[in-house]
Amino acid sequence: MSRSALLGSSLAKKYWMALTGLFLCVFLIAHLAGNLQLLDMSPAGQLKFNAYAKFMTTFPVVKIVSYLLYASILFHAFDGIILTIQNRKARPIKYAYEKANASSKWYSRQMALLGMLVLVFIVLHMKHFWYEMHWGPLGMDADGNKDLYTLVAAAFAQPLYVLVYVASMVVLAFHLMHGFQSAFQSMGLNHPKYMPIIKTVGIFFAVIAPLFFALIPVWMFVNASPVQ
Amino acid sequence: MKLTLKIWRQKGPKDKGKIVDYPVNDVSEDMSFLEMLDVLNDDLVRKGEEPIAFDHDCREGICGACSLFINGEAHGPGRMITTCQLHMRKFKDGDTIHVEPWRAEAFPVIKDLAVDRGAFDRIQAAGGFVSVNTNGNLVDGNALPIPKADADTAFDAATCIGCGACVATCTNSSAMLFVAAKVSQFALLPQGKVEAKNRVLAMVEQMDKEGFGNCSNTGACEVECPKGISLEHIARMNREYLAASVTKE
Ligand code: HEM
Ligand code: SF4
Ligand code: FES
Repeated sequence: MSRSALLGSSLAKKYWMALTGLFLCVFLIAHLAGNLQLLDMSPAGQLKFNAYAKFMTTFPVVKIVSYLLYASILFHAFDGIILTIQNRKARPIKYAYEKANASSKWYSRQMALLGMLVLVFIVLHMKHFWYEMHWGPLGMDADGNKDLYTLVAAAFAQPLYVLVYVASMVVLAFHLMHGFQSAFQSMGLNHPKYMPIIKTVGIFFAVIAPLFFALIPVWMFVNASPVQ
Repeated sequence: MKLTLKIWRQKGPKDKGKIVDYPVNDVSEDMSFLEMLDVLNDDLVRKGEEPIAFDHDCREGICGACSLFINGEAHGPGRMITTCQLHMRKFKDGDTIHVEPWRAEAFPVIKDLAVDRGAFDRIQAAGGFVSVNTNGNLVDGNALPIPKADADTAFDAATCIGCGACVATCTNSSAMLFVAAKVSQFALLPQGKVEAKNRVLAMVEQMDKEGFGNCSNTGACEVECPKGISLEHIARMNREYLAASVTKE
């Protein structure tokens, strides 16, 4: 029984959800720290960012972690969808009249929708930059590194890109607003002394991280050089 | 006061059911919600119609029998109360009141507003007990010291009346708050620790089998629970279950 308890049970699905979710949160911090370099739009900043991108796609330890990351995203999404299907089945007949907002926040009930939108964003985002970095036809910069910077700058010179990225970060913010503290509860970490701190940190993280991510395309759009 | 009631009527488990409008006059604001339904039923019987089936027993908020999803909330508006403790002064003359049964795959409708909450009993039977040897060797209660804080928390958990409002209000029809309360009331006490691992594994297994949804930690159950059972008990169950599934042979 104990083995299936760690794989198939409702609680186990939530442990995996929480662990992969928190791992993705750690990734977000690292990803943000690296990408904030894009705010430096000078030629030196371009070379620095491209060197960083090369390091991130070739250094073995980073590569191993990135495979773990892809697996986590897929597993988190898969597990989340299974949970949601089971949750729908648990209430085949809906209430004709329901005041759901009286007892819970809308985004805590819409984690699957928010998650799917984040997934759509991740796919688009990986196509835009990750795929191009690995297999796309990219020019070289003065240091002989693939010029990812120019690709990013060109994308964020277009209003549509900026809009999609900013909107996606709003979606991510709501996902994290509930998700961060929820993960601790799922792992059994709820204590009257620490839960208020976890909740506060969660809200700060949910607002600050997506805000800074969104700042990058906006900044690059505003500061885009008209024609190269 | 005068009210319009929109009540779910369903002849039996297989009937499709529908919402039927009932105008009621002469409702006193001192009536409890159940008394108001009694008056309506009295009227229906006099007219030769089938009275509305709903669960009730103690009518003082301690048995957990009364249910009802009233105006979009489990046990209606108001916090820390059951439907028998809900009074008509919470409503205004001319109000329309929606009354539906608990909605969950695991709580099938028996008739009208009465649902079968046997799933809770089966979860309880799977492990919600302490095995006692009844050979006459009684142990003095004071021989077993229990920290006051633990006793209090265990007691808080034990105040769960098994009403099912947590399931009814949860967007996933999850029974986590109920099961967590039943796990916690034993897990915190030395008598309960002996069987703690088996208990949590067996009760969660039964909970999953009954077809309740998973917990999304929305917290709606805690808000609607008439006994104020805390989400901390769910966290305790999550810990207990994790530890038990890792360490049990
Ligand atoms: C950067 C991306 C993401 C991060 C940082 C993230 C983070 C989290 C965290 C921390 C939780 C809380 C886990 C818990 O309640 O125990 C969560 C829940 C959830 N996530 Fe994500 N997530 C991300 C992407 C996704 C994607 C792509 C999906 C796709 C479907 C998704 C679907 C869900 C669902 C459905 C839940 C709620 C599960 C439940 O409580 O029933 N998430 N997420
Ligand atoms: S936890 Fe609260 S809402 Fe759920 S069954 Fe017990 S008393 Fe009712
Ligand atoms: S009838 Fe017993 S709690 Fe309402």
